[in-house]
Amino acid sequence: MRLEYTDRQQRFRQEVRDWLEQNVPKQPLRSFDTEEGFADHRAWEGKLAGGRWSAVTWPKEVGGRGCDLIEWLIFEEEYWRASAPLRVNQNGIFLLAPTLMEYGTDEQKQRFLPRMATGEDIWAQGWSEPGAGSDMAAIRCKAVRDGDHYVISGQKTWSTRAVWADWLFGLFRTDPDSVRHHGLTFILLPLNLPGITIRPVQQLNGQTGFAEIFFDEVRVPVHNRLADEGAGWQVAMATAGFERGLMLRSPGRFQQTAKSLVELYLRHQAHADADPSVRDAVMQSWMGAEAYALATYRTASRMAKGAQIGAEASTNKIFWSELDLLMHETAMRILGARAELMPHAPDAGDIGNWLDGFLFAQAGPIYAGTNEIQRNIIAERMLGLPRS
Amino acid sequence: MDFTFEEQQVAFRDAVRKFLMVEAAPEMLREIWETESGRSRDLRAKLADQGITALSVPEEFGGIGLGDLDWVLINQELGYYAIPDSLSDTAYLAAWMLTRLPSDISLKKAWLPRIANGTARIALGHPVNPFVADAQLADLLLLWHNDEVHAVQRDQVKLSFNPSIEMSRRLYKVEWKPTDATRVAPARIGKDLWEGVLNRAALAVSAQQLGLAQRMLDLGIDHSAQRKQFGKPIGSFQAVKHQLADVAVKIEFAKPVVFRAAQALATNRPRAAVHVSHAKLAACEAAWLSARRSMQVHGAMGYTWEADLQMFMKRAWALDAAWGDRAYHKTRVAKFIFAEGAELGPGDTFN
Repeated sequence: MRLEYTDRQQRFRQEVRDWLEQNVPKQPLRSFDTEEGFADHRAWEGKLAGGRWSAVTWPKEVGGRGCDLIEWLIFEEEYWRASAPLRVNQNGIFLLAPTLMEYGTDEQKQRFLPRMATGEDIWAQGWSEPGAGSDMAAIRCKAVRDGDHYVISGQKTWSTRAVWADWLFGLFRTDPDSVRHHGLTFILLPLNLPGITIRPVQQLNGQTGFAEIFFDEVRVPVHNRLADEGAGWQVAMATAGFERGLMLRSPGRFQQTAKSLVELYLRHQAHADADPSVRDAVMQSWMGAEAYALATYRTASRMAKGAQIGAEASTNKIFWSELDLLMHETAMRILGARAELMPHAPDAGDIGNWLDGFLFAQAGPIYAGTNEIQRNIIAERMLGLPRS
Repeated sequence: MDFTFEEQQVAFRDAVRKFLMVEAAPEMLREIWETESGRSRDLRAKLADQGITALSVPEEFGGIGLGDLDWVLINQELGYYAIPDSLSDTAYLAAWMLTRLPSDISLKKAWLPRIANGTARIALGHPVNPFVADAQLADLLLLWHNDEVHAVQRDQVKLSFNPSIEMSRRLYKVEWKPTDATRVAPARIGKDLWEGVLNRAALAVSAQQLGLAQRMLDLGIDHSAQRKQFGKPIGSFQAVKHQLADVAVKIEFAKPVVFRAAQALATNRPRAAVHVSHAKLAACEAAWLSARRSMQVHGAMGYTWEADLQMFMKRAWALDAAWGDRAYHKTRVAKFIFAEGAELGPGDTFN
């Protein structure tokens, strides 16, 4: 066990820090759940790619730096430390890309990855359907083979930022006689194809965070299929593993929030201490973020020695989503009667963007597989309890 | 950056685990509970044969000369098997302290080889604990007095036994008189030694709590996979699954904190005390949650003397306040995070 950075890793950290200091916008970008904000964030992805920082773990040939997981963690720490913008293409870069690298053909990698790295193609996810949420194997949206095309009909929903995204990756039922997780195929398709209707769904904050997508005999070339026909479930599970696990939520994000929470508490301590449980919650927040960081470094070290992440990815998802809730609830309690104010309210003072974070934290235990589903996975695959 | 144990550390842990699986079955622990001393000479001798008592003793005194990282793995096993013996007080903490005593070679020569071969028991009296564990069997007591270290023979102290709900705990109030003759280190040296002992003791408890948490979880899993209601194993019900899944999450995120604390002590990091306190809090929380949830899935069986769960629950409850209760350790964490200019954010984890 050696918990120190090498000289090379320290130099890498400094390089990231220097670049971010010079390039992170001084003013926060507009929300990426608005049309203008989406464009701002796409431009930021382009800027990141210009410095080859948009996908550091990817091979150099497709726009990355070939970083290992420790370097990736360092990059992420610096990224959150610098309060750099949210990643509008995270569905592509962090979820689809690792899957594409594992299952894609060379042609597909060359076709999709470089444009993903630059933000030219922003990706949305097409998994959930009105009847297939936690029960993803209930997918009905069908893709019927017709020569060298699939003809897609049906509906997807809860597709994050699909209103403005360029491409979609999703699971479709290619075998009409199949049931459950058999007969599904992983397909990539541009969202401007004829027959696609995208309807924005307004989120509780009033913004257009996600969308419903309707497919009416949409023709997609067969070469847009990822892996074999019928192998979609297995491919999607690999993506789900990345999503719950390391890639979706790096610890830097939560450590930055915990640090800001400590600062918020200290600024408001006189008022906050009137409720003694607040101080404890602030401490639990910091300890939780620290534990999450340590756990991630441990996982990264084990993976570097050849271990696979299995059901423990599900423990991650539960941990970070509940931690995020705790931190934002605590901030709201510290802010008291001003917590409900919109940031532009004339008397908002220093409330910052805690409200926004608080709202988003509510979604954490739901997206990327609800925490109830994660608990089932832990119980059955990690603890070996009998299936229901 | 490598957050994994060395192969030989894991191999030694596995050997100890295998040994305890055979030698420390719950029936045997219950028998030892019933004895007056609450300790088994036979078990202690076998533990010494495994090399555990020699782990921290320097090679020149007949030991193996290993340290905090090795002990953190062994203490997890001692917790998992609820070994009724304050083994690590002697073999880890006292060995650590004696090794670092200033030039008092006669004391080292007299005791370190006996620790290594398993024939000495040494008890530790630190003001954070109102009682001294296993004082009645101790051949030597190392006692705190205004940060000084005193080495006192058992016949020089007066002991009063305070029974605990945890049958394998043997707690004593110790009355004694410090003299020049008993003092083996002055306060200016003793202060750091006691701080080092306290941190290692709290780390040892943390690791034992991790082991206990895992054991209680395993018992809960076994019970809920076997016990049938409504024609099915109760472990197939989501309400039961989720109770146990929560415990797995707690353990998963307490482990790296405990390992980090061990590594910080082993390498003398400036923040080691904060890591230890964080570890103790995280591990105790995991152990208490595991006790509560395992009890719940055991149903009424969990409330019986007969079910083994009680042995591990009581240990977990008792160790919660050993070597610093939660208030003590929270205070140490608070002092760090609420200090001006504290390095708390991303990238600061390994400062």
